Amino acid sequence: MKIGVFVCHCGSNIEGTVDTAAVAAAAREFPGVAFATDTMYTCSEPGQEEIVNAIKEHQLDGVVVASCTPRMHEQTFRRTVERAGLNRYLFEMANIREHVSWIGKDREANTNKATDLVRMAASKLLHNRPLLSKQFDINKRVLIIGGGVAGIQAALDCAEGGLEVVLVEKTTTIGGKMAKLDKTFPTVDCSCCILGPRMVDVAQHPNITLYAYSEIEEVSGYVGNFDVKVKKKATYVDWDKCTGCGICMTKCPSKKATDYFNEGIGKTTAINIPFPQAIPKKAKIDADFCMKLQKGKCGICAKVCPSGCIDFTQQDEFVTEKVGAIVAATGFDLFDWTVYGEYGGGRYPDVITSLQYERMLSASGPTGGHIKRPSDGKEPKNVVFIQCVGSRDKSVGRPYCTGFCCMYTAKQAILTKDHLPESQTYVFYMDIRATGKNYDEFTRRAMEEYNAKYIRGRVSMIYPKGDSLLVRGADTLMGTQVEVDADLVVLAVGAEAAAGAAGLAEKLRISYDSYGFYMEGHPKLKPVETNTAGVYLAGSCQGPKDIPSSVAQGSAAASKVLGLFSKDKLASDPQVSVVDIKRCIGCGKCMKTCPFGAIKEIDFRGMKKAEVIETVCQGCGICTSTCPQGAAQLQHFTDNQILSEVNALCQF
Amino acid sequence: MNVINLTSSCNSDFVRQVEEESGQQLSLCYQCGKCTAGCPYTTEYDIPVSQIMRLTQAGQKELVLKSKSLWLCATCESCTARCPNKIDVARIMDVLRHMARREGYGGVKTVKTFWDSFLHSVQKNGRVFEVGLLANYISHTGRFWTDMGLGPKVLPKGKIHFKPSAMQGKEEVSKIFRRYTEESSK
Amino acid sequence: MSVSLTYAYYPGCSSTGTSIEYDMSSRAICAALDITLTDVPNWSCCGSTPAHTVDHTLSSALSARNLCQVASMGLTAAVTPCPSCLSNLKTAQHRMKNDSFREKVSKLLDKPADITVETKSVLQILVEDYGIEKIKAKVKKPLTGLTVAAYYGCIMNRPAEIMNFDDREHPMAMDNIMTALGATVVPFPLKVECCGASFGIPRKDVVMRLSGKLLDTAKEMGAMALVTACPLCQMNLDMRQEQINSANGSKHHMPIFYFTQLMGLAFGLTEKELGIDKLCVNPRTVIDALGMEGNSKEKSQ
Repeated sequence: MKIGVFVCHCGSNIEGTVDTAAVAAAAREFPGVAFATDTMYTCSEPGQEEIVNAIKEHQLDGVVVASCTPRMHEQTFRRTVERAGLNRYLFEMANIREHVSWIGKDREANTNKATDLVRMAASKLLHNRPLLSKQFDINKRVLIIGGGVAGIQAALDCAEGGLEVVLVEKTTTIGGKMAKLDKTFPTVDCSCCILGPRMVDVAQHPNITLYAYSEIEEVSGYVGNFDVKVKKKATYVDWDKCTGCGICMTKCPSKKATDYFNEGIGKTTAINIPFPQAIPKKAKIDADFCMKLQKGKCGICAKVCPSGCIDFTQQDEFVTEKVGAIVAATGFDLFDWTVYGEYGGGRYPDVITSLQYERMLSASGPTGGHIKRPSDGKEPKNVVFIQCVGSRDKSVGRPYCTGFCCMYTAKQAILTKDHLPESQTYVFYMDIRATGKNYDEFTRRAMEEYNAKYIRGRVSMIYPKGDSLLVRGADTLMGTQVEVDADLVVLAVGAEAAAGAAGLAEKLRISYDSYGFYMEGHPKLKPVETNTAGVYLAGSCQGPKDIPSSVAQGSAAASKVLGLFSKDKLASDPQVSVVDIKRCIGCGKCMKTCPFGAIKEIDFRGMKKAEVIETVCQGCGICTSTCPQGAAQLQHFTDNQILSEVNALCQF
Repeated sequence: MNVINLTSSCNSDFVRQVEEESGQQLSLCYQCGKCTAGCPYTTEYDIPVSQIMRLTQAGQKELVLKSKSLWLCATCESCTARCPNKIDVARIMDVLRHMARREGYGGVKTVKTFWDSFLHSVQKNGRVFEVGLLANYISHTGRFWTDMGLGPKVLPKGKIHFKPSAMQGKEEVSKIFRRYTEESSK
Repeated sequence: MSVSLTYAYYPGCSSTGTSIEYDMSSRAICAALDITLTDVPNWSCCGSTPAHTVDHTLSSALSARNLCQVASMGLTAAVTPCPSCLSNLKTAQHRMKNDSFREKVSKLLDKPADITVETKSVLQILVEDYGIEKIKAKVKKPLTGLTVAAYYGCIMNRPAEIMNFDDREHPMAMDNIMTALGATVVPFPLKVECCGASFGIPRKDVVMRLSGKLLDTAKEMGAMALVTACPLCQMNLDMRQEQINSANGSKHHMPIFYFTQLMGLAFGLTEKELGIDKLCVNPRTVIDALGMEGNSKEKSQ
């Protein structure tokens, strides 16, 4: 084999602390190396041209590029060598940027380590074999998990693009957090009025199948061919028959059920439809509060239901859907602010969350759009907003900025003045983060036109004083402690990863950060991809986002799915395990350890043997290390290839 | 207010020393003001605690160490307990007081005298002798009226003793003070 | 069968003077509950606030001397009624986890500092080691009719990492004990607000303001009495209550009990052994109201 080595400067990223010319010079002495050079930007067009020319000029049949992480440019260079007529697996990459130049300053040591890495790569390359992909069919249906605004956007875009869409929503209605909002910033238009029609589109679109009150139970398969088991949770109402008339709600005697849609402001009936524009508009029974389900008495809803859809014996049901791609759009949940004992920890009824306040502002909310204190139903005069509750606070494990609280707080201050012209609002803030289009102007308007008094400082304590609340904070600009007599305190509670996000990520085999937010493929260049092929992200599941960003990501994820499905067949990854039938003794250990069920037992002339199902194998390599005979070999990472790297490194 | 030249007046040795002695990282403070917001003594401070933190970050040694606030901190720990960045602010205030003492800043006389009298009493008796402490305090401050009104109220309760409580091994305690004085003069 | 609880007892300086009734009542109720307290021999002052404002090594050495005394008793757990002493002992222990700091302390002590002893407050052992249910079972004269506010002060619970007891913003230990005794506990929002601490002498004016606010709020919440667990808090609120009234123009007459005193009353101990007569604000009317309840109950039975 004639190997060419290209050592990249990456501008000064590598060259700054690695003598790339010396690495290239050393490489010329390695077995098999026929050509070696250093180059400014190997990934640039002239850089790639240089590789193509060298292959032709020196009749190279293998290439090593020493540069950045393979995550960044392995695909790029594989295509380059393919253009010059080589098999794409006769290429190796040595990561001398992330693994060398960025982590050490000692030029000599770095140069030595880079040389070692190149020696390992060249040594492995000598054992590489050409590998060829196979083509397989794909199922052009897409699963979207989560029916908030991001999921709705992704579903509609995919459906409009001609795809069959399966939309799974955890609660009984789609709409997500946006459906709970009264108005949206910075336009102050009615949230439900702009979201409602989209929700109806989802319900009516012939390409969309909606599973509400359902969750993902199990995901198997791979890009193009996923099998997804969906759990349809028992609602005790036959939704095929339910017309959403709501008579059951008017008659249900159990009126103390938790009103999740209204964020616990007020109570609801055990059987209920969360709000008038719910999609699907179907009733569900809350088993915890239903007298029939708890005590076997009542059953009034069944008596009054005109369509006879109440079914107290209903059980969870499972359906399996076959799809080719998955979009996770599972959104966020609110931080549990009751850890702040200094804000009352939930003991004071007139300290509420921003989303509770939103429900109070909404005309379809529990107070009919009137701002009333939960304690006594009185209209507040002084309303105090506290920002960064569960944001930018290391002491509660939430050091990140939620990003949209500054804006909704300004909006709520404006709406407060609209609802109660005699009221006075105060906003305790640390910094105002208003970086979107027309955002800063909006927060200025809250101050200039709506007379919201902004106070720069955190609040240390809230406690009851008479029938109001004393809010004790700081005004750091004045440099003093300040107190405000508040009738109502609204906490701008931050966002955290949705409950259950980590569990779903494990089912989808995607990674998540330490807060449970899903990891994108690349922070800049692959914002809606994941590192699992065929699985995409949209909205706040990746990190807190406002509505425009969530919608943009919904569309972006849809375009990725449509792009994927624009091909009729996908190429399989040949980096899978292969069992050498001559060596296999049929012990079955590989079948037991394979996490993907990708190895099956076959009968070969009366002997038990193992065989890998290529399309299911994910190339993890567990069977390779389990097999006592060395019969299972992961292609492109065979024992011989790995050992040649070890030998290259440990030669002295 | 004077203009502070941030390049020439920043005493970075001071910053480093405060960080070292307190075990706290000053750059963690993002000036949210929550410490000042909860400080019960802030009304008496000449510089609120959040600004003490800011001035310390900026290496303004003189301004910080001459502040009366250092001496009026009651160590109630509400700043430490509620800091979103988990900075032990009360400990920084403690360390600044130590430095002010070492560098000979007078502080708030009544407070300093009270503390000195207290420790004097411990050094001498092994335990605090309340009457002796008060007498010492009065003789150093000339505040003869201090708590005189309490006498008739408290004396009959048998709570006040005119002799220090007898304790064996009080010389062990005074030795601790002696070694401390020797160590710190090294 | 339960194992009897035994602790080294560190009374703290104020127990010999201004908080003698806290010491008396702590000993009395522990005896009533079969909790053995053995005095730390030749205990000395922990250094209190003044020591740590001078130097952390000096402060820790003064505390460490007492920890060494406890270790020499062959006991592993020490208990003190005073949160300020406890805070000093615990802070010293926390800092001495650092080897170089411990060495400096040992140098001042002229012997190796002990780091094995466990330290707790009397309140803490009662709720954590003894248990509220068992306390409830010991009640002979329930405090029915008594409405109290429980005030914990600054440092009983914070910093949480060091004190490691109850909730730092909303402690409930004393509230729960009082409820177990049959008293009514009002929600008191200033449970952990500062009373003015050790500034009673040098800055009395501030103590008047801060402690005055505590009394005002307790009254507003409907409390007949305040119950405390800290000698300094108790002194500021009780001994200085007249000063507070004249400084603020208020007319408080609010008895300030140690929680141990109220426990003792509920256990049927005598006022004398609980040092009730040592309180400056006369609690007679409050206690008599209780007595009537208790008596009438006994009569009706």
